[in-house]
Amino acid sequence: MQHSGKSPDTCYLIPATNMNQSLINYTLQIADNNLILGQRLSEWCGHAPELEIDIALTNIALDLIGQSRNLYQYAAELEGKGRSEDDIAYLRDSSRYRNVLLVEQPNEDFAYTIARQFFFDVYNHLFYQELTKSKDERLAEIAEKSLKEINYHIRFSSEWMIRLGDGTKLSHEKIQTAVDDLWDFIGEMTLLNDTDREMLSNGIGVDLNKIRPLYFQKVKEILAEATLNIPVEEPFQKGGKNGIHSEFLGHLLAEMQWMQRAYPGAEW
Amino acid sequence: MDAAGLSWGRMVVTTDKIWQLLESVSDPEIPVLTVLDMGIVREVKSFGDGVEVVITPTYSGCPAMKSIEFSIIAELEANGIHPVKVTTVLSPSWTTDWMSEEGRKKLKVYGIAPPIPGTNAKRIEALFSEAPQPECPHCGAKNTKLVSQFGSTACKALYQCQDCKEPFDYFKCH
Ligand SMILES: [Zn+2]
Repeated sequence: MQHSGKSPDTCYLIPATNMNQSLINYTLQIADNNLILGQRLSEWCGHAPELEIDIALTNIALDLIGQSRNLYQYAAELEGKGRSEDDIAYLRDSSRYRNVLLVEQPNEDFAYTIARQFFFDVYNHLFYQELTKSKDERLAEIAEKSLKEINYHIRFSSEWMIRLGDGTKLSHEKIQTAVDDLWDFIGEMTLLNDTDREMLSNGIGVDLNKIRPLYFQKVKEILAEATLNIPVEEPFQKGGKNGIHSEFLGHLLAEMQWMQRAYPGAEW
Repeated sequence: MDAAGLSWGRMVVTTDKIWQLLESVSDPEIPVLTVLDMGIVREVKSFGDGVEVVITPTYSGCPAMKSIEFSIIAELEANGIHPVKVTTVLSPSWTTDWMSEEGRKKLKVYGIAPPIPGTNAKRIEALFSEAPQPECPHCGAKNTKLVSQFGSTACKALYQCQDCKEPFDYFKCH
C-alpha cells in the first residue's frame, strides 16, 4: 500500500489524484456506511427480542446492503478495472473502509441497536434528500431510490426511541445509557473531510454544514419527546471517514469477508 | 412503446409480441403476479440483432432481481428470440402506482391486501401519522391493525384483522 499523501485523508486511503478517484472515494464513503450498518443489523437475524423486530431489523439490513450494492457497482464502473461490487465489499481491508465510526459499533443490546439506528437514520435521511440534487446523475438516482426506503427506517427507529425512553424505568435507563455512550460518535457524520469538500465544490457532494443544525435539531426533538437527557455536544470521536477505525470494524470484516478470503471467487 | 418490427434472421417479431411473452414471467416472491403486473418492466427495445428489456427493482435490496432477469431471458429465448439483454435502471424509482389493476385483484385473491394509493411514507412529517387501513383480504372487514411496517419481504407490512383475527400481509405503498 502506498503512503503517499500527508493529510489524514490520504494517509490510509487511495489518494485522490484526479476527479474520477475523488468521486470513487466519495461513493465508497456513502456505500461503506450502508454496508457496515447492514452487516451489523443482520447479526440480529434470529436473535431479536420479538419476531416482528427480527423481521424489521433484517429488512432494514437488506435495504442498506442493497443501497450499498448500487453504490459499489457505480464505484466499480468508475474505476474501470473490471472489478465487481463484491470485490470492493469482500476484498478490502479495514483501513480502506470509509464508514463513520458510529455504524461499526457493536450491537450490545436492543437499546444500543435502536439508538445507533436512530442517530444514523436521521443523518441518512437528511443526507439523501440533499444528494437527490447532486450534479452527478447516478448518485442522485440512487439517492432518490434509497430515500423511499429510509423513510421507513427513520420511522421505525424514532418510534422505538420514544417507546423505550418514555416506557418503563428499565427501558428508559437502557436507552439513556445507549444514547450517552453513542453520542460521542454522532458528530463525525456531519463533519467534512477532504473528499466531502472537493465533491461539494464540484456540485456533486452534499453540504454537511447545512445538514448539521438540522440534524441536531431533529435528534434533540425526538430525544425530548422520548423524555431522554440530551448529552453535551462536543468533542466528538472521528476518523472512520478517513480510514481510521475502531477495532470493531476488523472483527466485523473478518466475519463478513472470510468466505471470499478463504475461497476466492466462491459462488452458490 | 414502439411497435416496429424487430427482425431475427428471417423471423420478424414486434415489441408487442415481446410484451405479450413477458406476461408469462412471474415474480418469484409473489408468483400470482407477473413482472408486468408489478410494473417493473419499463421498456422493450431492439438492440443490435436482439432485444433489450429494461427493468427496475422494487427495493434496492430486492433479492429477486437476478432471478427475474434469468426468467425473462429464458422465456424470450425459449420463443426463439436472442440475444436478449436485460438492463436495470433505478430512475424513475419504482412505485406501487405502476402495479396493474389486474395485479391488485390477483393480490387480494392470493391473500395479500393490495396497496392503497396515496399512502406512501414519502414525507417525514408523516412520521407518526395513522397507518393505512387496508381491508382484510380474508373476510373483507375494514377493522384491521398494523402489526409491523416490515413483513416477510421488503414490499410488505404485517397486519392483523380485528374481526376474523387472521394475520395478513399488506403490500405497502411505495
Ligand atoms: Zn378478517
